[in-house]
Amino acid sequence: MSDVSSASLRRPSMAKACWQLFLAESKLLIRRPMDVFNPLLFGFLVTLMFPLGLGPDPATLAKLAPGLVWIIALLSCLLATDQLFREDFDDGSLALWLLSPQPMYFLVMTRVFVHWLASGFIITLVSPILAIMLNIPMQAIPALFLSILIGSVSLIFIGAIGAALTVGLKNSSILLTLIILPLYVPVLIFGAAGVQAATMDMAAGSYLAILAAFMFLAVSLAPLAIYGGLKINLDAG
Amino acid sequence: MTTSSKALLTIQNLSCERGFRQLFQQLNFELFAGEVIRIAGPNGAGKSTLLNVLAGISSDFDGDILYQNQPIKDVSYEYRENLCYLGHAKAVKTPLTPRENLQWFCSMYPTRSDTSIDAVLEQVGLMYFKDQICAQLSAGQKQRVALARLIISAAKIWILDEPFTAIDQSGVQQFETLIAEFAQDGGAVLVTTHHALNITGNYRCLDLGDYL
Repeated sequence: MSDVSSASLRRPSMAKACWQLFLAESKLLIRRPMDVFNPLLFGFLVTLMFPLGLGPDPATLAKLAPGLVWIIALLSCLLATDQLFREDFDDGSLALWLLSPQPMYFLVMTRVFVHWLASGFIITLVSPILAIMLNIPMQAIPALFLSILIGSVSLIFIGAIGAALTVGLKNSSILLTLIILPLYVPVLIFGAAGVQAATMDMAAGSYLAILAAFMFLAVSLAPLAIYGGLKINLDAG
Repeated sequence: MTTSSKALLTIQNLSCERGFRQLFQQLNFELFAGEVIRIAGPNGAGKSTLLNVLAGISSDFDGDILYQNQPIKDVSYEYRENLCYLGHAKAVKTPLTPRENLQWFCSMYPTRSDTSIDAVLEQVGLMYFKDQICAQLSAGQKQRVALARLIISAAKIWILDEPFTAIDQSGVQQFETLIAEFAQDGGAVLVTTHHALNITGNYRCLDLGDYL
């Protein structure tokens, strides 16, 4: 019998593959921290612009703050998502994932989750600071934090669908925005409305529940669409 | 449709077009265990496209590709387990070290259990560079990281697209020997290169120019 077919094998499990992918992607982010800082910097700079544009009146800012912070979080997520699969596509890593005997669904899910940790989660962490800069009432901060924490997962997973569809294009930013922004609308409406409710001392629980439903839908279904989008672009090769 | 044969890979009436341009048509050949086939042809003949199609990355083709007499779509998992593909994009992550790159590869693919990452890196001449990030390595050294996957992989079929780009002369000889040994041990290799391979044994050349 030949060596090649009789050689004993190490067959990696799916969980191990996803874990190693998680580790590798985390290392990539740690060694290139600018990818994390750029959307964050964007968030801070835009927040600084609002008092300059709208006037420094605390009451006006406080009234607008829930919507503003949500829009800033949304645009930061969009900004971060544009390049999500670009490098993996160009350097051939995506082809390697596709050809590996591991399910793309879970690889894609892991990859996008790491991306969320580096973008959506970080933005969530600083969102209370942005909100305080805009003079949001203190009682709304927990609702704001939770709504962006849950909502940003949906934003990133939905954004990744657009990133996957446009990965083969040279200038995809505008197209990505056109594809993705309409899908962001429901998340934005319920997210901002929840924070608005909290500023008026009303319960935000129902809004958060709907956001959580969006999140579970996005996390479970988006990887299928992302896989489809990536496959179309790899197919053309 | 399926004639029973011992070929690992059977290609029947394969035709491909890209952007309204016919690349190759009515391509028929078989790849047996122990065989090395070099795909030749002028630039733009569709060498890389053929390899993409055969690897299963691209499903945009007419004809049949059979792995052990079954369409690759039906035995996709088995096929992918037994295939090692090296495209012209090398999938080497530059912010990671060679060792980390291989760790990542090993966690996705079945690998030979009798080899370790360190031993393989030593074999491809990266012993002193295994903990240096790949961005600091030369093009040839990055290519060696990609080639190290072949050694560690337990695949039966290697599909290699220009594997010797940027590799120095002694390196080319070393990897030619590696390919020849792999074939002798019962592996099968499909490779595109611009220069003829200097290997003995069961080796033939397929010119895509004949199928335009």
